[in-house]
Amino acid sequence: MKHYEVEILDAKTKDKLCFLDKVEPNATIGEIKSMFHKSHPQWYPARQSIRLDPKGKSLKDEDVLQHLPVGTTATFYFRDLGAQISWVTVFLTEYAGPLLIYLMFYFRVPFIYAPKYDFTTSKHWVVHLACMCHSFHYVKRLLETMFVHRFSHGTMPLRNIFKNCTYYWGFAAWMAYYINHPLYTPPTYGEQQIRLALIVFLFCQIGNFSIHIALRNLRPPGSKTRKIPYPTKNPFTWVFLLVSCPNYTYELGSWLGFTLMTQCLPVAFFTLVGFIQMTVWAKGKHRSYLKEFRDYPKLRSPILPFVL
Amino acid sequence: ASGEEDGAVEEKETNNKKRTKGAIATAWLTFYNIAMTAGWLVLAVAMVRFYFHKGTHKGLYKTIARTLKFFQTFALLEIGHCAIGIVRTSVIVTGVQVSSRIFMVWFITNSIRQIQNEESVVLFVVVWTLTEITRYSFYTFKLLNHLPYFIKWARYNLFIVMYPLGVIGELMTIYGALPYVRRSGMYSLRLPNKYNVSFDYYYFLIIVMLSYIPLFPQLFLHMLRQRRRVLHGEVIVEKDE
Repeated sequence: MKHYEVEILDAKTKDKLCFLDKVEPNATIGEIKSMFHKSHPQWYPARQSIRLDPKGKSLKDEDVLQHLPVGTTATFYFRDLGAQISWVTVFLTEYAGPLLIYLMFYFRVPFIYAPKYDFTTSKHWVVHLACMCHSFHYVKRLLETMFVHRFSHGTMPLRNIFKNCTYYWGFAAWMAYYINHPLYTPPTYGEQQIRLALIVFLFCQIGNFSIHIALRNLRPPGSKTRKIPYPTKNPFTWVFLLVSCPNYTYELGSWLGFTLMTQCLPVAFFTLVGFIQMTVWAKGKHRSYLKEFRDYPKLRSPILPFVL
Repeated sequence: ASGEEDGAVEEKETNNKKRTKGAIATAWLTFYNIAMTAGWLVLAVAMVRFYFHKGTHKGLYKTIARTLKFFQTFALLEIGHCAIGIVRTSVIVTGVQVSSRIFMVWFITNSIRQIQNEESVVLFVVVWTLTEITRYSFYTFKLLNHLPYFIKWARYNLFIVMYPLGVIGELMTIYGALPYVRRSGMYSLRLPNKYNVSFDYYYFLIIVMLSYIPLFPQLFLHMLRQRRRVLHGEVIVEKDE
């Protein structure tokens, strides 16, 4: 068996960083990254970007050495992606925050509202309902992070956790402040409005969960394969006929329900900002589906049927 | 063969359309920049004449208010220019700069009568006037391909003094307005209301003042970098000659 020699150069300075000899032809990029890590312990594999060309795309961990367009002495370029943090850690932190923060406002912990309201509860039953819905939503997200989602990437840049937590925690505090305020005004159309809102909210929560399960089942455990999602026996997944990212569609629906339930402008604002971000993500995902799969269903839109 | 000819004809038509669009854009931008240079010159003259006649700045704002509001508001078009691509600057940078001017004019000076005769108002209005006359005449001459060096020099050097002075004038004005805002409760929304939201203009203004701390250095450094790029290149050419 002919062995390969691998040299790794810095993508910016072209300095020779590492030389590996006697590398198996069937070695993967992932294994090469581990070997590189040994000589440079500060660059753990997750923060290594290995490419064939200094300005090219990153090679995948699964790529096999002998299948790459390289000679028996392979030259790779290295770029430091910066400190990395696992997706699971980020998700758990960014979701645990809103759960706890909202409850602090709900229980009227001291120093938020006037002292005479400390540890009192709202006299409006919709406020209790809203707390249950908000808490349910984030508990669901935490459980899905731990047991349902299968992440393609292990890590993301460290700075993302600060950005994401500021967004989620900040908005949670802003919404919770008004909903649990002693001077909160319940919805204009009372019980009718709240009932409709609750139905929309629950419907979309179940829908969102159904999509997450369907997406999980597309991918066997430990694999990173990508397939076109299709409707399953579960009616909540039939929306796949019209939309590429129905999880985002249902998420929008949930927050519209919550906005209707609380009739709180900060909630409407949070829904709008979330919608804009999810639309950007949905359009990107839709585009990559179209690029990757020739037979991708033409009827589908990224996030809103026929519209967006 | 005829297919190829059609393709060539189509390409010529598209190129002609592009050239026409480019010509229209240049014509419009030239008109826009001449008009804005003139507008701010009128403001400068009005301010000088007022001071010569009255010897004080009290009552100056009232006299120039309409002209100032008109020409500063008209600058909103610059965001559009960036958005449709006829000016190659970031929409966000232009948006932030124009918005902060609109904010100072309409939401501070125009709406809080009690601070209109403050010296800080004169300070930032004078700074804006000098800056805008330089900036718009720079664009005008550049578009007409006859840019005198002294205007280029002014555009990339005066800001070093103008920017900090303008910031001082603006901050002092906002700070001076705070007591009146608090007392009147203007632009504020209190609980309870059916939207379950509140807004306190007084605290909002304090946040605006604090935001100058991260924003001003960034804008200033951006101008310094542009200055180095524009003037530094010139120096090298002169040395070779």
